[in-house]
Amino acid sequence: MHAEEKMTYETWPAEPEKSTLEAKNKFLGFWLFLGGETVLFATLFATYLALKDKVPNTSQPLAKDLFELPLTFVATMLLLTSSITSVYAMYHMKNFAFKKMMLWLGLTVLLGLGFLGLEVYEFSHYVHEGHKFTSSAFGSAFYSLVGFHGGHVAFGLCWILTLMIRNSKRGLSLYNAPKFYVASLYWHFIDVVWVFIFTVVYLMGMVG
Amino acid sequence: MTNQPLSSGNPRVDVEYRRKKSAEEMRYQVISFTLMIFLTLVAFASVALKGFTAWFTVPFILLLAAVQVVFQLFYFMHMSHKGHEAPTLFLFSGLFVGLTAILAFSTIIWW
Repeated sequence: MHAEEKMTYETWPAEPEKSTLEAKNKFLGFWLFLGGETVLFATLFATYLALKDKVPNTSQPLAKDLFELPLTFVATMLLLTSSITSVYAMYHMKNFAFKKMMLWLGLTVLLGLGFLGLEVYEFSHYVHEGHKFTSSAFGSAFYSLVGFHGGHVAFGLCWILTLMIRNSKRGLSLYNAPKFYVASLYWHFIDVVWVFIFTVVYLMGMVG
Repeated sequence: MTNQPLSSGNPRVDVEYRRKKSAEEMRYQVISFTLMIFLTLVAFASVALKGFTAWFTVPFILLLAAVQVVFQLFYFMHMSHKGHEAPTLFLFSGLFVGLTAILAFSTIIWW
């Protein structure tokens, strides 16, 4: 099958994300990248765990003074829900339903934006409490880890939005279906990292 | 492409079959999403109810996170499907390196 081929509901393949050579390469290359991302985030987690609550003096807030359950809970729910909406988007992609796919991708972007907004609010709140990037080793490790994840969310939002705008009048093809698929893999990976962040940073931080 | 049904020669029939299959898969995705939300609620609740010691809560919520990530990887990211041998290798290699780093950082730093 060629990427330029005009597809219909009947001729659309079962695995559009892997039906051309370019798509297969993209799929493989992207998973290799995700393997590298795993190392990146794991080392940031290692740094955070080693430097947690390492502050120069007692006037600096510790993890248990900073984190609050409700905010983390809402952020988690937003990001988890954005994961299922992108699953729905890929379900419609496989059924060659372009408009429905775009609708679910749009929902994913909105939920991601909500998450990012909460994170910006949270960081500015911490800065007011004296927890800054340069105030302690704890601060540096915290903002590196959580900020890197937030940066990934922001990048993912730009990526999905760009794909949506660029392909808005094209409809689905074997050229762009793998692009949408890979972007959704990235989005799920962001969620995977968040599951560990809310557990290791926030929940374990509140436990003590 | 061994996991695909033999073509019946009638594209309409094949499409219907595939549609039904992906609708069925979508149901499993919704079930795993429900379980993920449930695991998240349990994790938050076990921290919110301050009755447990850290020795119980920490391993417990880490286990819940690991289970949830398995759902995410194997269902949402389709790692349970065929043709994911290389992704599995990449991801677990990354995990191996990463966990070694976590082990090293949490044992060599003692001050």
